[in-house]
Amino acid sequence: MTNPLGADLHLPEGCMAGIAMHEMSLCESILQVLEQQAEVQQYNTVKTVWLEIGALAGVEIEALRFSFDIVVQGSLADHAHLEIIEVPGQAWCMPCSRNVVVQHLYDLCPHCGSHQLQVNSGDQMRIKELEVE
Amino acid sequence: MCGVCGCGEGHSHSHDHEHSHDHHDHDHHHQHNAEHAHAPGLSQKRMVQIEQDILAKNNRYAAENRRYFGERGMLVLNLVSSPGSGKTTLLTETIIRLKGELDIAVIEGDQQTARDAERIRATGVAALQINTGKGCHLDAHRVGHALETLQPKNHSVLFIENVGNLVCPSAFDLGEAHKVVILSVTEGEDKPIKYPDMFHAADLMILNKTDLLPHLDFDSEQCIQYAKQVNPRIKILSLSAKTGEGMDSWLRWLKAELELQRIDYA
Repeated sequence: MTNPLGADLHLPEGCMAGIAMHEMSLCESILQVLEQQAEVQQYNTVKTVWLEIGALAGVEIEALRFSFDIVVQGSLADHAHLEIIEVPGQAWCMPCSRNVVVQHLYDLCPHCGSHQLQVNSGDQMRIKELEVE
Repeated sequence: MCGVCGCGEGHSHSHDHEHSHDHHDHDHHHQHNAEHAHAPGLSQKRMVQIEQDILAKNNRYAAENRRYFGERGMLVLNLVSSPGSGKTTLLTETIIRLKGELDIAVIEGDQQTARDAERIRATGVAALQINTGKGCHLDAHRVGHALETLQPKNHSVLFIENVGNLVCPSAFDLGEAHKVVILSVTEGEDKPIKYPDMFHAADLMILNKTDLLPHLDFDSEQCIQYAKQVNPRIKILSLSAKTGEGMDSWLRWLKAELELQRIDYA
C-alpha cells in the first residue's frame, strides 16, 4: 500500500486507500466541534487549534495532521494550524501502589514488571483552545 | 430518539450520515467570512477556551443510547474483531440456541452489502444492516436511529456487530454494556499487543475457531497472557462456533449479564 506521507505510518487493519480512516474520522469530529462552537463563541474562522493527545489514545499524530488538512478544506478552519500537545501515558501500578509512566497499553510496570496497571492519564483526545477571528 | 441531534425521527440512515457530518454548513461559513472581511491591519484574532473531548458528540449519543437500553432492561453487546474472525457465525449459532428463550435483535455494521443481516434474518431474528460506506466503524448516532426502526423489546438482547476493524471501533462508544472482542486462532497470538486499544476497551475476549487448533501453531496460553497484559480485567472464553465446543460458557455468561441488566435499580 502506498504511504501518502512517505513516513513510517502504521496503517491499521480496516484502513483504506492509504489514509488512516481512524484519524480521518477523528478530524471530522474535531470539525464538528469547531462548527458548533462558531455559533456559541461567535467566530467566523479558525486560525489555530490546540489539541491535547495522550500517548495511549491510539492516535497516529502524523496521520492526524495529514487528515486534518484534508477534512478542513473549504470549511471555517481551512488552512488552520494544528498544535499538538502530547501527554505522556501514566498508570497506577497495583503492586507498587504508585503511578508509573507507560508508553503503550501493553507495557509492564517499569519497577516491578507487573501488568496490573490501571491507566489514569494519557488516553485523552481533547480540543484545548482555539485562535479564532 | 434524537433529542440530542434534533434531526427528527424516522430519517433514513443515508440522510443521518450526511446530517452528522454537517457538510452543508461549510458554504455558509465561507460566505459569512467573505461578507464580514475586516480591514487590513485590524486583526480580530482572539483565543477561545474549548476544553472539549474530540469524541464528545459521539459520547452524548452513546449516553442517550445507554439511557434507552437501561430503561428497557436490555443487554447490549458491541461485537468487535478483525474481518473474518467468525463474528457472524458466532452470532447465528448463538441465536439458534437462544431464540426460543430470549428476545434478540441484531444491528449489523459493514462498509457494503446486506449479506450479514440476511444471514441473521435467516435465523428468524430481526436484523438491521447499517452500511458505513467509507466509514470504518459504527457511531452512536447511527445506532440511535437504528433503534427507531428496530424497536427492540424490553429485556431483550441486542447484538451490535461492528465493522470488522480492530482499531477505530475501540474509540466509539455506542452505549453498549460491554465490548466483546472476538479473535480467531487463525490470526496469530500477538493480536492483543499489536492492537492494544481494542483489547484494552473490551470486557470479554472470545477465542474462536478452537476446532482448528490441532492444525495451527497458535499458542493459546501466550495469547491469553498478552490480552491480560493489555487489560488485566479482561475475561476470556475459548470456543468453536462451528462445532459448538465451549458455546455453553458463552451462553451462560450472556444470560448472567442479561439478568444483571434486568435488575431495576432505584
